Amino acid sequence: MRAVKSPTLFAALTGVAALPAAADAAELAVSVEIPRLSVAEYHRPYVALWIEGPDEAAVKTLAVWYNGKLAKNEGASWLKDMRQWWRKAGRGLTLPADGVSGPTKAPGKHQIVVTAQQMAGVAPGQYSLVVEAAREVGGREVIRVPFSWPPKAGAKPATVAGTTELGAITVATKP
Amino acid sequence: MSIAIRTAVAAVIALAIAPAAQAHRSWLAPSATVLSGAEPWVTVDGAVSNTLFYPDHVAMRLDGLKAIGPDGAPVPIQNGSTGKYRSTFDLQLKTPGTYKISNASEGMSASYKLGGETKRWRGSAADFATAIPKDATEVQASSSARRVETFVTSGAPSTGALKVTGKGLELEPITHPNDLVASEKARFKLLADGKPASDVEVEVVLGATRYRAKGQEFKVKTGADGVFEVKWPEPGMYWIEASVRGQDPSGLARNSGYAATFEVLPD
Repeated sequence: MRAVKSPTLFAALTGVAALPAAADAAELAVSVEIPRLSVAEYHRPYVALWIEGPDEAAVKTLAVWYNGKLAKNEGASWLKDMRQWWRKAGRGLTLPADGVSGPTKAPGKHQIVVTAQQMAGVAPGQYSLVVEAAREVGGREVIRVPFSWPPKAGAKPATVAGTTELGAITVATKP
Repeated sequence: MSIAIRTAVAAVIALAIAPAAQAHRSWLAPSATVLSGAEPWVTVDGAVSNTLFYPDHVAMRLDGLKAIGPDGAPVPIQNGSTGKYRSTFDLQLKTPGTYKISNASEGMSASYKLGGETKRWRGSAADFATAIPKDATEVQASSSARRVETFVTSGAPSTGALKVTGKGLELEPITHPNDLVASEKARFKLLADGKPASDVEVEVVLGATRYRAKGQEFKVKTGADGVFEVKWPEPGMYWIEASVRGQDPSGLARNSGYAATFEVLPD
């Protein structure tokens, strides 16, 4: 679980080293709900989370949950099923990537927190947090949740609910 | 070209010589066009039939088949076999990038009169000079160049395999052929012997017609620069075709045909 460990360690280090980091405390918290489905053959979905600008071009991939443990890296052969992500960002990335790739998740709510450090280089403006899920022997769903960056004080969390492969997606930002 | 001397006699374009199979559609149907993962495989069907992409007429001959890899070098065709209705073969995409699969054929056809009887001949340009009997009359000859293509990509699309040969009718992509989605228009350039083929009709046909009351079929035209634009009505496997009739530098009638299969993905 290097993906989880390294940001924590990084945050701890910067917290010690740089006290006047009020601006750097800004964060983007995303909650992704993977619904429990009553189907004969269930496989956990592949999920990609990324950020898009107003032109719908990908700015940054935040997370890719896929099976990276199969022999001959066979799990990577289904990455292209997250079609929008694959076309906009995935096909240009090398996976696994530290802090981005991780294993598939069980049904339930999963939280990822993106720090200001990780958002470095993202110009101020309106964005969409995009979640795409593709499931073997299942379907595909893409959800877009708007947010602005850097976070504004008092910004309310935004939630968009999926209907098939995804449950509620909530994006909360804090300055 | 010794052919030129003989065919200078040939008066008109030989309409009657086109084989019946040309009325049908030649196609290559890849199992996937956009792939991820290490060294993925694709399997491809090749056939000649009216209904896309159902092999129900004759198998495509694999003689002229070639695959070009991302670096522009040939890639081996594997497990090729020809059945009653279709041929199939496999291709392993060992390096990331775009691969062009094409089946190109060139040939000559002629009709002539010998002893009051009309004879027909088909063969290679090399054989033409000796194939027609010396005392044949009313020799009408034409050459043909046909090319059937498709494209597959592992990882990010690349352009190294897309170079044209400058022979016959060919497609020079402007929009990458493995970057097609239903919501975006695509543009391609049609070239005849390497030069823009202007004012040529391009037929666009959506496959899986068996399950539709009405097929999706339409025509677009190339501009002066050989460029044509396609607005895909919906995602699916599409087949496009164009043909031109003209003359080669020696004045010999020449038919060039181009067909390609494109996969248009949903958004």
